[in-house]
Amino acid sequence: MRISKSPWLLHYDGSSCNGCDIEVLAATTPRFDVERFGIINTGNPKHADIFLCTGGVNSQNQDVIRQIYDQMPDPKVVLACGICACDGGIFKDCYNILGGTDTVIPVDVYVPGCAVRPEALIDGVVKALKLLDEKADKMKRGEYRSMTSAEYAEALKIKGQLAEAADTEEKDA
Amino acid sequence: MAAKRSVIPFGPQHPVLPEPIHIDLVTEDEKVIEAIPSIGFVHRGLEHLVTKKDFGEMVYVAERICGICSFGHGYGYVDAIEHIMNIEPTNRAKYIRTLLFELSRMHSHILWLGLMADAFGFESLFMETWKYREKVLDMLEAATGGRVIFSIMRIGGLRKDVPDEVLQGFLPGLDEIEEGIKACEKAFLSDPAVLSRLKGVGYLSKEDAIDLGCEGPFLRASGVARDNRTSGYAAYGDMDFEVITSDDGDSYGRCYVRIQEIYQSAGIVRQCIEKMPKEGIYVPIKGFPNGEYMTIIEQPRGGACYYVHASGKKFIERMRVRTPTFANIPALAKTLQGCDVADVPILVVTIDPCISCTER
Ligand code: SF4
Repeated sequence: MRISKSPWLLHYDGSSCNGCDIEVLAATTPRFDVERFGIINTGNPKHADIFLCTGGVNSQNQDVIRQIYDQMPDPKVVLACGICACDGGIFKDCYNILGGTDTVIPVDVYVPGCAVRPEALIDGVVKALKLLDEKADKMKRGEYRSMTSAEYAEALKIKGQLAEAADTEEKDA
Repeated sequence: MAAKRSVIPFGPQHPVLPEPIHIDLVTEDEKVIEAIPSIGFVHRGLEHLVTKKDFGEMVYVAERICGICSFGHGYGYVDAIEHIMNIEPTNRAKYIRTLLFELSRMHSHILWLGLMADAFGFESLFMETWKYREKVLDMLEAATGGRVIFSIMRIGGLRKDVPDEVLQGFLPGLDEIEEGIKACEKAFLSDPAVLSRLKGVGYLSKEDAIDLGCEGPFLRASGVARDNRTSGYAAYGDMDFEVITSDDGDSYGRCYVRIQEIYQSAGIVRQCIEKMPKEGIYVPIKGFPNGEYMTIIEQPRGGACYYVHASGKKFIERMRVRTPTFANIPALAKTLQGCDVADVPILVVTIDPCISCTER
């Protein structure tokens, strides 16, 4: 595969157990070394193209995740790293876990695993690269703008209402 | 002109922070006057899961308290349950547990060295140390199948045995790691540029360290020889090692203690391999736990306590964990007082913060 860009990563530890975070870091170190492709782990949301989010969302960090996401420039891709970020994982039943990353922001690539292996993560980033290119193309044609977290929340609400309506309809029928 | 006070919010997401902790820094020009930490970004409510997962499954939940010292957390919980149920694991199980525990300590300390190098801006040293960490992870993977989360603990012993050939295969790797760390040690402990960032930064006296209830390498770097491994849990009673301390009390001392502990751990792993008994690894368990117990163990970051209260049912009543980072936060706030703003990242890293286990 030809890499047309060197995307920069931003990593935020949602409410993970650190297992996945440490693997995200490991992916940039000599054994796996994504940095050789110019993929750099940055700390600044405004420099980042790919958002790696580990761990589930809880009541304290949901706004942080939303803010980071909204600050990132278009085009951007969100990667949910680890099963916790995908749907809550082993902590799904915890009282303070609202769910996976997609409960607050739209997620493009899901990378399961507990902990996620760096190889899987790199595969996820490669998938993200393709999406990034697609989004950039569409943007050039003026056809695309990513959802803000507020719009996403609204969309989720509507989806929830639709599902509810379908449910009641089913019951009535 | 008089210095103006201002408050700098630091975290939870910040370029130099490995983990989400938030600190309000009250500063006067470039000096920090007061540091007010606030936590809670990673709280999951994990202890409450005991009402939803049975006592056997909880082992895997306990491991996920923290992905860096995961083995220790699993061990602490299992040890408490085994004491309640009066189970004595076989010696081989104890030895393998000790070995894995020490490998975890090695990987955790090497990881810390890397983060420290990153904090003082020595990127290539960070990469170098993490190269050796991968070698430790290879051993852990060969032994358990997992890189950071192992799921090899089980009440009554281990889920799988680690064959002797595999254990013997660790020996050359250990030498290689030691050699590598020796090379890195030069940079950490004698490079003048590095020394200028470490020496005298974040001094904590012995008295303060005891008063503020510090734990682990942070405490030992202030000259207090306290290490829970000396209580001889698992197979530590049969091992030959000495508690490492430093009288410096500053960031340099903390670096020194952790580096020496890497060699110490490698030594304990070698002893385990040498003395490894040949027998089974699992004793079957019957019934449900009934009673309560508190285990105290030495995690890479310091002493951790696991309290379990069970009442003879499938689900235990209460599990409580007290972790070393939590104990070290008051001391962190103290060392931050009076430091330069530029040194804050280094000081935060010197306690080796593990926020996910602090908040669970
Ligand atoms: S997926 Fe597993 S390793 Fe990753 S944060 Fe969740 S519990 Fe930890």
